Amino acid sequence: MFIFTLKRLVSGVILLFVMSTATFFLAHAAIPDPTLGLLGSAATPDAQAALAEKIGTDRPVLVQYLDWLGGLVQGDLGTSWKNFQPVGAQIALKLPVTLSVVTFAIVLSAVLGGLLGVLAGLRPDTWIDRVVKAAAVILFALPGFWVALVLVMAFAVQLQWFPAVGYVPPGQSIPDWLRSITLPAISLALGAVVMIAEQLRNAIIQADGQDYMRTLRSRGLSRPRLVTHLLRNSAPPSLTILALMFVGLLSGAIIVEQIFALPGVGPLTQSSSQNGDIPMLLGITVITVVFVVIINLLLDVLLGWINPKVRVK
Amino acid sequence: MTAPLTDNIGSREHRRGSTFVRLLKRPAGAISFAILVLIVLVAVFAPLLAPYDPNFVDLAITRAAPSPEHPLGGDTTGRDVLSRLIYGTRITLWGAFVAVGTSIVIGVPSGLAAGYFGGRTDRIGTWISDAVQSVPGMIILLIVGANTGNNFDLLMITVGVFMAPGYFRLTRSTVLAVRNEPYVDAARVAGLSNTRIMTRHVIRPVLAPIVIQSALTAGMAMGMQAGLQFLGIGGGTTPGWGAAMNEGFRVMRTDPLLLLWPSLALGISIAALAVLGSTLADVISVKTTTLTRRQRRRLAATNADALPAGAVEAATGSVSHAAADSAVRLENLRVKHETPRGVVEVVHGITLDVAPGEVLGIVGESGSGKSQTVFSMLDLLPKSGYYTADAIWIGGEDVTRLPRAARAKLLGHRIGYVPQEPMTNLDPSFTVGHQLTEPLRAVHGMSRSVAKARALAMLERVGIADPARVMRSYPHELSGGMAQRVLIAGAIAGRPSVLVADEPTTALDVTVQAEVLELLRELQQEYRMALVIVTHNFGVVADICDRVVVMRSGSIEEIGETTRLFAAPEREYTRELIAASLDGAESRGELDRAAREPAGSTRAADPAAATQNTDASDEADRREVRA
Repeated sequence: MFIFTLKRLVSGVILLFVMSTATFFLAHAAIPDPTLGLLGSAATPDAQAALAEKIGTDRPVLVQYLDWLGGLVQGDLGTSWKNFQPVGAQIALKLPVTLSVVTFAIVLSAVLGGLLGVLAGLRPDTWIDRVVKAAAVILFALPGFWVALVLVMAFAVQLQWFPAVGYVPPGQSIPDWLRSITLPAISLALGAVVMIAEQLRNAIIQADGQDYMRTLRSRGLSRPRLVTHLLRNSAPPSLTILALMFVGLLSGAIIVEQIFALPGVGPLTQSSSQNGDIPMLLGITVITVVFVVIINLLLDVLLGWINPKVRVK
Repeated sequence: MTAPLTDNIGSREHRRGSTFVRLLKRPAGAISFAILVLIVLVAVFAPLLAPYDPNFVDLAITRAAPSPEHPLGGDTTGRDVLSRLIYGTRITLWGAFVAVGTSIVIGVPSGLAAGYFGGRTDRIGTWISDAVQSVPGMIILLIVGANTGNNFDLLMITVGVFMAPGYFRLTRSTVLAVRNEPYVDAARVAGLSNTRIMTRHVIRPVLAPIVIQSALTAGMAMGMQAGLQFLGIGGGTTPGWGAAMNEGFRVMRTDPLLLLWPSLALGISIAALAVLGSTLADVISVKTTTLTRRQRRRLAATNADALPAGAVEAATGSVSHAAADSAVRLENLRVKHETPRGVVEVVHGITLDVAPGEVLGIVGESGSGKSQTVFSMLDLLPKSGYYTADAIWIGGEDVTRLPRAARAKLLGHRIGYVPQEPMTNLDPSFTVGHQLTEPLRAVHGMSRSVAKARALAMLERVGIADPARVMRSYPHELSGGMAQRVLIAGAIAGRPSVLVADEPTTALDVTVQAEVLELLRELQQEYRMALVIVTHNFGVVADICDRVVVMRSGSIEEIGETTRLFAAPEREYTRELIAASLDGAESRGELDRAAREPAGSTRAADPAAATQNTDASDEADRREVRA
């Protein structure tokens, strides 16, 4: 198990390296002269040259890359080209907001999706099953920001149950914090909820038809105990989907945060891309990939615990 | 996503019609297809349909309410909303087309290669696919979008790159599934080149899933595109729906309609694509689904009409003991299965019995209904099946009269079950120890330590040399012979008076078969159980059965003492079965011996031989246990 975890960790570090390198060169290709965006209307040849020297873009790209990579290895994400503050600190300031929303969305997806999936899977072809199936088809395809707009119109503007915009930190008031992230989280989670429900339903039905379930029944086990066996055997695919959803939710959060005016990583990403603040964009990419790697690692450990066969491979 | 949106028995009858016709026969398919055709038409004929130029500004209609001249009113800068929506269709479709095209061009060939060649190609491809999936695409899109002059096509190509892993995985797994099909092998043997095999033979089964995936991908691409425009990227002066949504969002408190129209257009387009894809998947998939309740009721009604009482086949078989003295007695058992074509009866009214301490063999070819018979005995028929019987006696009690809970209680207490395929009958996620002790604790109320001691004792009894180690093992760490011993231990741990074994040796190696059979015989004698053993092998019958039931297509051909049946079969079918069994028999010697001696009298009288046997197999099993 230790070797297994270590292998996944090494694989995660390689992924981080490859992705940050790819993003670095992509960003430099997409933004050939960042000084133009950074200075905006104040851009004059002199000011541009001065800024280029200050942020080091007058050097060859490869030198800049090695410089940046050297910092990254030591955990230094560099300084912003816009306000010359450390990138790490600025992201750390915005990250709690995004993580609040995404975590809430993941919890919603797991709990609601799990519940619906189990109900539908244990009673296939009942109304709840058909609702889940039909909802899965449509809701999964609709983008989170579309759902967000509908929810804002209905619950914030018309019914006024939730605030339409703004974020309340948990330190200020826990209930208000929850209220401020509820609609964003639901918008993000809806697609994941039905996807997980559908996946779990299919897995349960498939597991229920397995030979070992008949044998367990022949031993006289009660329904709740049989369900435990079913769940343990049908959980892995849904957990994999959940981990995959995490990446999708991070993507979706960028737009959804915009709609609900949440001061998270989303608006920071957008303004940085408009300014051409490459260190900030790279920092955000690195942090997100780190989260993805951690989530996948947790998933692998969890899957290994649930399904002993995985550990052998 | 193969969810049927409509239940439609009728469409199954028309398999011959093309997939497309079958798609349109479903309401969901027809409606979603019609909507998409409409959207395409609107896009193509936009210049003719739109009443105004989408960028023409008329300040007089700024935020104007709907009017005859401007059916959807004007937007915040005084442009006609309807015209902009109509032109937006073009951009939306073109964007989806570019994204899906890019995805297919990248994902499908790489998936084909990974699935077909396997090995290193597969590993590298899968790694890249996983890597792309682990990056939030929106960040990259923002980077690409912000400083490339909002190049719309480039953005949609990037969206396509991020959606390519979906095609890659799909193609790869489909190809993996068909790679070893006989027709692909045949093509390879015939000397066709890899490229030719892939384009000619492998791509065909991949096509349908790709079309379905494309419907979903196109919908998601539309969502991504609108999302980008909503953020102000990739829009420019073009009248996209996402840009219109952003505009509407900013004024939603005063002019909510400006948000409503583009949202509706986008929502309906995406939903139509999703429903079309799902319905298509449903139409193409040929696997039979379980019936809905409504279908079940409908079937029940038609069957009541179709099967008059006279048409029912007469019951076959006979009993040899009084009901009260029998361990199990079936009277006129019928088993039926619901299929999409109607209810099919697979066991046509059979009667048989087995006395305590007796070994009864049920023999027949596959499809003769022998397994269905024992599953009815256990009340463990699959979901689609059910039985009727005049009576089923177990331990002198008619269990068909028992309430469901009491009937279920017999399992594990009075009747035990040994399955056919040992490797698929142990729950892969739990240790052997858990699977053995759980019923003892939950069903028989033993404490943890007592249950563990009993499980260890049972494992030892069935001839497992290192019970403590096997208890800690997971099923995949056991050999087939070991797993079957574990299953036997589990079946008898509750001390049942009847043991039902469904082809208990068929899936085992020839060398292990005899040992397992011997073990069953020993245990049957030791615990004075009635043993019902289902088999297609007359060698097994000759080896351990006292009496034999010969079944053929759901009816009983003949019941008789084993010796008599071998010496003088009453039915020609029995004779043929025995002859066929002996032709390829691996145990003629045993058969001959069984024919000479009355079955069951002297066999177990030689414990030394039996012990020797089990010891040898332990040795084999021990070697097979993986650390």
